[in-house]
Amino acid sequence: MGGAVIAVVALGIGLFIVILVLAVAGMYNGLVRSRNETKNAWAQIDVQLKRRHDLIPNLVETVKGYAKHEQGTLQGVIAARAAAVGAGTVDAKIAAEGQLSQALSRLMVVTENYPELKANTNFLGLQEELTSTENKIAFARQAYNDAAMTYNTKIETFPSNLVAGNFGFKPEPLFQVSDQKEREAPQVKF
Amino acid sequence: MWEAIESNRRRSRIIVGGMALLLVLLGALIGNAVVPRAGLAGGVGVALLIWMVLWMVAAFQGDSIMLSIAGAEKIEHADAPQLFNVVEEMVIASGLGRMPDIYVIPDDRPNAFAAGRKAETRVVCVTSGLLRLLNRDELQGVVAHEIGHHKNGDPALMILMGVMLGAIVLIAEIFLRGNFFGGRRRSSDKESGGLEIALFVLALLLAILAPIVAQMMYFACSRRREFLADASGARFTRYPEGLASALEKISVHYQGGFKANKVLAPMYIVNPMQALAAVGLFSTHPPTEDRVKILRAMGGGVGYVDYDSAYRKITGRAGCIGKRTLAADKPEQAREASPAPAETREETVTRSREVGNLVGRLDGFTMMQCACGVGIKVPPGSSWSSIPCPRCGRDNPVPKAQPADRSDGPLTFRRQGKGWQSFQCSCGASINVSPAFEAKSQTCSRCGKAIQIV
Repeated sequence: MGGAVIAVVALGIGLFIVILVLAVAGMYNGLVRSRNETKNAWAQIDVQLKRRHDLIPNLVETVKGYAKHEQGTLQGVIAARAAAVGAGTVDAKIAAEGQLSQALSRLMVVTENYPELKANTNFLGLQEELTSTENKIAFARQAYNDAAMTYNTKIETFPSNLVAGNFGFKPEPLFQVSDQKEREAPQVKF
Repeated sequence: MWEAIESNRRRSRIIVGGMALLLVLLGALIGNAVVPRAGLAGGVGVALLIWMVLWMVAAFQGDSIMLSIAGAEKIEHADAPQLFNVVEEMVIASGLGRMPDIYVIPDDRPNAFAAGRKAETRVVCVTSGLLRLLNRDELQGVVAHEIGHHKNGDPALMILMGVMLGAIVLIAEIFLRGNFFGGRRRSSDKESGGLEIALFVLALLLAILAPIVAQMMYFACSRRREFLADASGARFTRYPEGLASALEKISVHYQGGFKANKVLAPMYIVNPMQALAAVGLFSTHPPTEDRVKILRAMGGGVGYVDYDSAYRKITGRAGCIGKRTLAADKPEQAREASPAPAETREETVTRSREVGNLVGRLDGFTMMQCACGVGIKVPPGSSWSSIPCPRCGRDNPVPKAQPADRSDGPLTFRRQGKGWQSFQCSCGASINVSPAFEAKSQTCSRCGKAIQIV
């Protein structure tokens, strides 16, 4: 009799431990997946920002040929690009990219005055690439924020917070640029 | 992220289960009617076999069959940069991960579809008519709708259901025709009792009704999935008006006579088989009018919650999106329209010309431009060596690959500049060189000759 009870209790405890381990493993894997998604989304933003930096020299070169009187605006774009490429910290980067967005939108307003430029197929192609890259930056930020928020929620809510605390999962910062306009797609006006 | 539409998945499972049950029942009754008493299991076996064969064909060849029926051609970034960019944007926005292949159908009727059962075979396909008709925001809306189908796993589901529907229709058809044309041989059989006759009548009835019921199930599922893809489209673009305005533009265009078939029709953004938007149990798509109204009633929000409440307001039915999806949804505000929403005539003309060039290249024309600016398209297989310009009368030689240096040297084509260029192989086939082309030679797709490109 006594042996049977002990066996049942031991079996119960064993089962409990197995379930617990499985649950913890499941939550851990969920957290890792979520963190990787967040990291991927962040990398995607970088990819698009890099692409924008790569497009600018071509754009400046094309515009220069037609808009000779806009040296100031062109210099502004070049300087803003250089600052964005060189920015070290995340905060500096965000600020510099914001500056670059503004410089680009000024340049695009200026190009409105040059009908021959707007008929140039090379320029039209660059314009489409730039529009798309700006869109991709905005969508990538949106995707990053969504991923980071899902991840952070998992870290903060029961029961996954227990797992997160013990294995050192840290919340990721969200994109919160104070200026609403800046957080939205850095709209380039054509 | 958007844990795609949980309770709708369950609902779809129920419908799939119902169709499978219908298929098995039909097989059993027909088997029994053909070979009384012994045919029950055999009938089920034959039904499942037919289903399996159809499934194998659809699963391994379905996408390429669909694309080749529609006459779709795969394109690269250089072929249609805007379309390519918009798809990339929506892949990022939706978190889909892998970029789908992009196909264009040279057809003036505006339409689009998503296909591909697995992540590796995903396809987004649009017609040239769609590219010609829509501006950037509208195109983005349509592409977001198609990416929404992929994100919600619709192509796989519709193939699964389409195959079952096909099997049911096929089995019922064979049985009915066999009876009407072959006569009932066993009617004089003395052994057939009342029960047998009752079962036979039941089999007949089911053979008539099952295809209709299965079709209704299939179309009900398809209609719901259209709404969900619209909701996802609004969510991804953050701009419901883009898709709304695209649907409005598309719906006034004649769709009839499209090279598609009944089972594939639900995959398109608007039904390619219907000349007019019919409504009811037998339409694959919800009325476009309602879809537009819902998208415009979202009140500045773009989330699933906003779509769901707009859906309830417009259709008067219970919501279309599952509770868990709604609970996980975060409110988002719509973005502003892209700059320059009012299109100038010039932009429309430019777009139209670009699409025309794309179609010309896909159709195998040799594209040339006269010095006066007029574009000239030389039809494939023509033997003209030069064409006079219709505007200025200048004689334009058709660009051809020539033997370099000696007369027996390899065929060579000299590129001028970096844009799109086309020329004819010595066999008469047209070859296009894209701005992104960087290799040294190209093989003719018709005769297989290698042509040097310098």
